[in-house]
Amino acid sequence: MSKKHDTPLLDELEKGPFPSFVTEMKMAAKHSDMSNDLLGHTELCYKERVTHWKHGGIVGVRGYGGGVIGRYSDIPDKFPGVAHFHTVRVNCPSGFYYTSAALKEMCDLWDQYGSGMTNVHGSTGDLVFLGTKTEHLEPFFAEISSRGWDLGGSGSALRTPSCCLGKSRCEWANIDTMAITNDITQHYQDEMHRPAFPYKFKFKIAGCPVDCIASIARADMSIIGTWKGPIRINQDEVQNYAKKMNIQAEIIDMCPTGCMAFDGKSMKIDNANCNRCMHCIAKMTKALRPGTEQGATLLLGSKAPIVTGALMSWVIVPFIKMEPPYEEFYDLIDKIWEWWDEHGKNRERIGELIERLSFPRFLKDVGLDPHPAMVKEPRRDPFFFWDESDIEK
Amino acid sequence: MSLPDRQTDIGPPHYSKFLPPVIAKNYGKWLYHEVLSAGTMVHVSESGEKVYTVRAATPRLLSTDRIREFCAIAEKHCGGHLRFTSRNNVEFMVDAESKVAPLVKELNDKKYMVGGIGPRISNVVHTQGWVHCHSAATDASGLVKAIMDDVHEYFTDKELPNKVRIAVACCVNMCGAVHCSDIALVGVHKTPPRIDDNNVKNFCEVPSTISSCPTSAISPDPAKKSVKIKLEKCMYCGNCYSVCPAMPIADAKNDGIAIVVGGKVSNLRSDPTFSKLVVPWIPNNPPRWPEVTDAVQKILKAYVAGAKKHERVGEWIDRIGWEGFFRETGFEFKYQHIDDFTFARETFRMAATFKWS
Ligand code: HEM
Ligand code: HEM
Ligand code: HEM
Ligand code: HEM
Ligand code: SF4
Ligand code: SF4
Ligand code: SF4
Ligand code: SF4
Repeated sequence: MSKKHDTPLLDELEKGPFPSFVTEMKMAAKHSDMSNDLLGHTELCYKERVTHWKHGGIVGVRGYGGGVIGRYSDIPDKFPGVAHFHTVRVNCPSGFYYTSAALKEMCDLWDQYGSGMTNVHGSTGDLVFLGTKTEHLEPFFAEISSRGWDLGGSGSALRTPSCCLGKSRCEWANIDTMAITNDITQHYQDEMHRPAFPYKFKFKIAGCPVDCIASIARADMSIIGTWKGPIRINQDEVQNYAKKMNIQAEIIDMCPTGCMAFDGKSMKIDNANCNRCMHCIAKMTKALRPGTEQGATLLLGSKAPIVTGALMSWVIVPFIKMEPPYEEFYDLIDKIWEWWDEHGKNRERIGELIERLSFPRFLKDVGLDPHPAMVKEPRRDPFFFWDESDIEK
Repeated sequence: MSLPDRQTDIGPPHYSKFLPPVIAKNYGKWLYHEVLSAGTMVHVSESGEKVYTVRAATPRLLSTDRIREFCAIAEKHCGGHLRFTSRNNVEFMVDAESKVAPLVKELNDKKYMVGGIGPRISNVVHTQGWVHCHSAATDASGLVKAIMDDVHEYFTDKELPNKVRIAVACCVNMCGAVHCSDIALVGVHKTPPRIDDNNVKNFCEVPSTISSCPTSAISPDPAKKSVKIKLEKCMYCGNCYSVCPAMPIADAKNDGIAIVVGGKVSNLRSDPTFSKLVVPWIPNNPPRWPEVTDAVQKILKAYVAGAKKHERVGEWIDRIGWEGFFRETGFEFKYQHIDDFTFARETFRMAATFKWS
């Protein structure tokens, strides 16, 4: 396609060392009318300093309640190429690994049915195919699903679970994040594709408390790998580090629990007082490793500030073995969803519901025992209740 | 042309189909890793085998032709395997040290920014903005580009006391994960939606418009067959505009950017924390938002000057106090900085100990 719109403002964003999204739009515009108009449309947004997109009706593929985000321009006459510009969310493979053959096949299909623009990846982890018309949704879906791909989640449904790369390339992974993510995704296909929840629900799975997938901040259920028992120490390697770093200042003094000691020869850790923050392990990768009794901590509840303020997930199960077939885990999830379904208001996240009805009540209803790991400190007030069974008659 | 038979509920392809052989063979057997340079690291397995990773930035918004170029690089150097990181970088992996230099050279020759590993600034987590969203109070991709151009040395080369994670969300819905970043920019509207009563009557369904509002700010206006907004309840989220196009919220003069800092998601040393407000509003100044990049530089400069090795931005601020942060950066402290929302009381200083700013 030949150039259709002048884009003096966007052209400024092709200068400089960081790769430019404008260059990407121009590359796609070479063979897509939609992307050509996307350039002009975006330039106008830059010029007027407002967005020109609007919502405008639910679109999707047959049998699915999500996976497509409808998007329309509010000035379709000027930019017919983006009159419809819907997003298709395609479920990523766990760990974001690809072969060139698979990606190229998807690119060819997207050039045929869409704008040629993508997000790799969307913030939820989906492969986002950005910009197509309603009538192309079904054919695109038939093409990709026949090649083994499926849509991700949107709306009041389970959203595409995602994870850090875990055991595939990280020595700190205490759980097999990629296997768990794939299993959860396959286990709950119906919950993902046919929205039936009060609101969205997200799983994110991190192999250790470094949490490279930011699960604690952006997943209703955060699964974070952890261990029990002693940190493994290789004293010879500790000696090697002693030659190149100030172990006292950088490790011992920065340990948040003050549970480490180093006398110049050997390192000691008071493991009962370690809170597994990962600092020492991350800084002395050759000398220290997580303990061998490995599993995960389950945390629940994080959400963005809308409506009553942001939450981070908090501990509901201090330790669980995460090994196939994950029965104990799925039993718990089913109970949590049932409770949410029964008590949750429309558009109420699980974390907000627990705040409204109380954390102790949630624990009782889903059958979890209280544990000091669940709170930073006990309550400060004397306003607590008792069950009938606690009262002497 | 006939279409193939569609399949449903098959889920994503199994990841094992995509793993490079050296990764598949050493899955779960990694012993340790070392950062070799800003853009390369090596992981060493119990078996003695090694995988070298080379990381480069992408703008996340990618054309199919760019993906094909990544594929060609992967085919030439990595047996056709590649992956992406959760912060929008692309990673190429090879199984021998001798294969690293030619790969890095090709990426450099093609003008890719190789880096983002170690105590540096990695790529920016961000959302859609003016490129694709109706709620946007600013653009995301343009801000990311302007900021990363400005701080690119901290991606490709220079070290910081620790990692600095930057994020951009284009409105308060924050479809990203901004609120727990070292430095995050959030698009903010300062004005509520404007109601075009005539068009509400013609194009919108009143009950669904009312129920779209998360704060119940919208009520019927029967006389006009339209709706009205209780201004003190509106939090400028734009949800009503999603269902009712006659209530636009975008406002060129009053939309802008807030900056929040000091958050983190890792458990390293200190607990994960939310980012806190340091600049309530900067007007949109596309295409390069110089006031925003200046503010980011101010924060970075104060952090580099003041933080101890391994301290994240939030840990540094914890040590010097927020009053110390405002002193070091010179940002003005305003009414908007004082919380009046859900968690307000926990933020009041109930002690006589503070530092003079
Ligand atoms: C009521 C509030 C919200 C509304 C109205 C909203 C609306 C939207 C819309 C319209 C999009 C599509 C953007 C596009 O491609 O055109 C989107 C994307 C997205 N939203 Fe939200 N959203 C809301 C809250 C959230 C929250 C709280 C989160 C998570 C923290 C979230 C996560 C996402 C993600 C991950 C995407 C994909 C965006 C990307 O990859 O850039 N959303 N949202
Ligand atoms: C079993 C529980 C508690 C007991 C038996 C207790 C007892 C007392 C007593 C005897 C005093 C001294 C009163 C006086 O002679 O001036 C006092 C003062 C005080 N208590 Fe408690 N207290 C309890 C719990 C708490 C809690 C939970 C709080 C706050 C969270 C609290 C806050 C205070 C304060 C602020 C004062 C100083 C009051 C003043 O001088 O104005 N107390 N308490
Ligand atoms: C001092 C703190 C941190 C250390 C030592 C650390 C360490 C690492 C290491 C070693 C990797 C490479 C893992 C691998 O690819 O084998 C990694 C990847 C990553 N980290 Fe961190 N990390 C830290 C903090 C964070 C934080 C706070 C975030 C997010 C907010 C984060 C996000 C990521 C991401 C997105 C990746 C790429 C993951 C992927 O490849 O998908 N990291 N980190
Ligand atoms: C510039 C500011 C911010 C940006 C750009 C931002 C961006 C994001 C993004 C990209 C996500 C990830 C969504 C996903 O992939 O699932 C997210 C999630 C989240 N953010 Fe923020 N955020 C910002 C500020 C804040 C603030 C100030 C808070 C809290 C005080 C906060 C709390 C959260 C929480 C709790 C989540 C998990 C949300 C959920 O899944 O509902 N964010 N944010
Ligand atoms: S979260 Fe832990 S296990 Fe996963 S990649 Fe990050 S450091 Fe490795
Ligand atoms: S993991 Fe953290 S708490 Fe435990 S010993 Fe290491 S630095 Fe200390
Ligand atoms: S943060 Fe706001 S403007 Fe940006 S994609 Fe999400 S809803 Fe749209
Ligand atoms: S912008 Fe949000 S809070 Fe304000 S009236 Fe609309 S839906 Fe309600």
